[in-house]
Amino acid sequence: MADYKNEFGLFAERPKVEKKLFDRNKVIAGLVIFIVMITIPLWQNLGKIVAAPVPSLDTPVIKKLAEKDKKCVMPKEWMRANHMQMLVDWRDNVVRTKEPNVTISRGREFVAPDGKQYLASLTNTCMECHSNKVEFCDKCHNYAAIAPNCWGCHLETGKKMAEAK
Amino acid sequence: MGIDRREFIRIAGLSTLLGLGGKGAFELLAPGRVEAEIIPATGSKKAKRWAMVINQKKLDDNTAQQCSAACHRVHNVPDFVNPPDDKLKLNPAVAQRYEVKWLWTEHFHNAFPGDAPAHMAEKVEHMPFLVLCNHCANPPCVRVCPTKATFQREDGIVMMDMHRCIGCRFCMAGCPYGSRSFNWRDPRPYVKEQYPGYPTREIGVVEKCTFCAERLAQGLQPACVEVSRGAIVFGDLEDEKSEVREYLRKYFTIRRKAHLGTNPQVYYIV
Repeated sequence: MADYKNEFGLFAERPKVEKKLFDRNKVIAGLVIFIVMITIPLWQNLGKIVAAPVPSLDTPVIKKLAEKDKKCVMPKEWMRANHMQMLVDWRDNVVRTKEPNVTISRGREFVAPDGKQYLASLTNTCMECHSNKVEFCDKCHNYAAIAPNCWGCHLETGKKMAEAK
Repeated sequence: MGIDRREFIRIAGLSTLLGLGGKGAFELLAPGRVEAEIIPATGSKKAKRWAMVINQKKLDDNTAQQCSAACHRVHNVPDFVNPPDDKLKLNPAVAQRYEVKWLWTEHFHNAFPGDAPAHMAEKVEHMPFLVLCNHCANPPCVRVCPTKATFQREDGIVMMDMHRCIGCRFCMAGCPYGSRSFNWRDPRPYVKEQYPGYPTREIGVVEKCTFCAERLAQGLQPACVEVSRGAIVFGDLEDEKSEVREYLRKYFTIRRKAHLGTNPQVYYIV
């Protein structure tokens, strides 16, 4: 074996250090406990089926609507997939009119595919029918672990609702 | 059986032509509303350049306070100085620093610093001047905003997009009128009576007067104009027949710190 050199001088060979895990049993036991602890949520929910949430449509305004009017501004399936994008578009169109990066941008009226006009407003239009935020919004958002920050500023009750009260 | 090469090329070419021209031709010939779209609200007030004239001669202390209160009410502006609940009371010095103001009163020497002569008309000296965002034609706040959260609309309104504000407060440094307020703490508990239909703000954003853009869209006058008993006039500066232009023709007006080159659009009749 070649001479081993370090800052203290020359050695005939590498100093031998015993390769050994000290306190072997304690370390392994500790590791096992640690792994079990951090995976507890996995074990607890193993095999459990969390039912998909069914947002409630049971609000006074929706109940009052005639059966043929019981529809959203866009088809239900489309809304389910795209409501977030639609709200962002509404926001940009209402606040930042004539922004170059907004495609169809002019104002506050939203025209649905069937030609009906709605005010593009979360509080005044969406929440007017879906006035049950906890049941309608939070249920799915909690299920999907999403925390939209709409409600930091926007109030849950619309203007018309408050007038009716 | 089958088709020969010549036939194949002919069919392929024809179908390509149809494919290229087909859809476009259909849309040209039979246009219809394919997708949902957003259009301007009918009955909204429109102008080429919004401007405001404040007739200080007509404006007494009481009316000024009412204007300010009406504005703060319909915009859910928090009141840190007189909170709705005693538990929320702040140290007065802190409360003053946290104050959020859209429309408020100042004395002449504060509203028009440098313009006050040593010996001024006594009436003017104690006059409550209503001050607000001047919606400058050359707004420094817009220029300094790093996220374009503050921007100038085509009708001259200097608008805020709260969704984009990151709370850097450059605009507050840029504004020579102190028209902008920062939300140092959650404003919602300090809103006396939540006005439905208009959002509150969150901690960490800057806010200011928007010339009631949301009311103009509904065809209404700004809230302060409605309760001012004729002391405030609001209208289109580009329209020769508008009330604003009539007032500007009739009276001599001054503007706040016009020498700074911001071209403020709130005019005062003293």
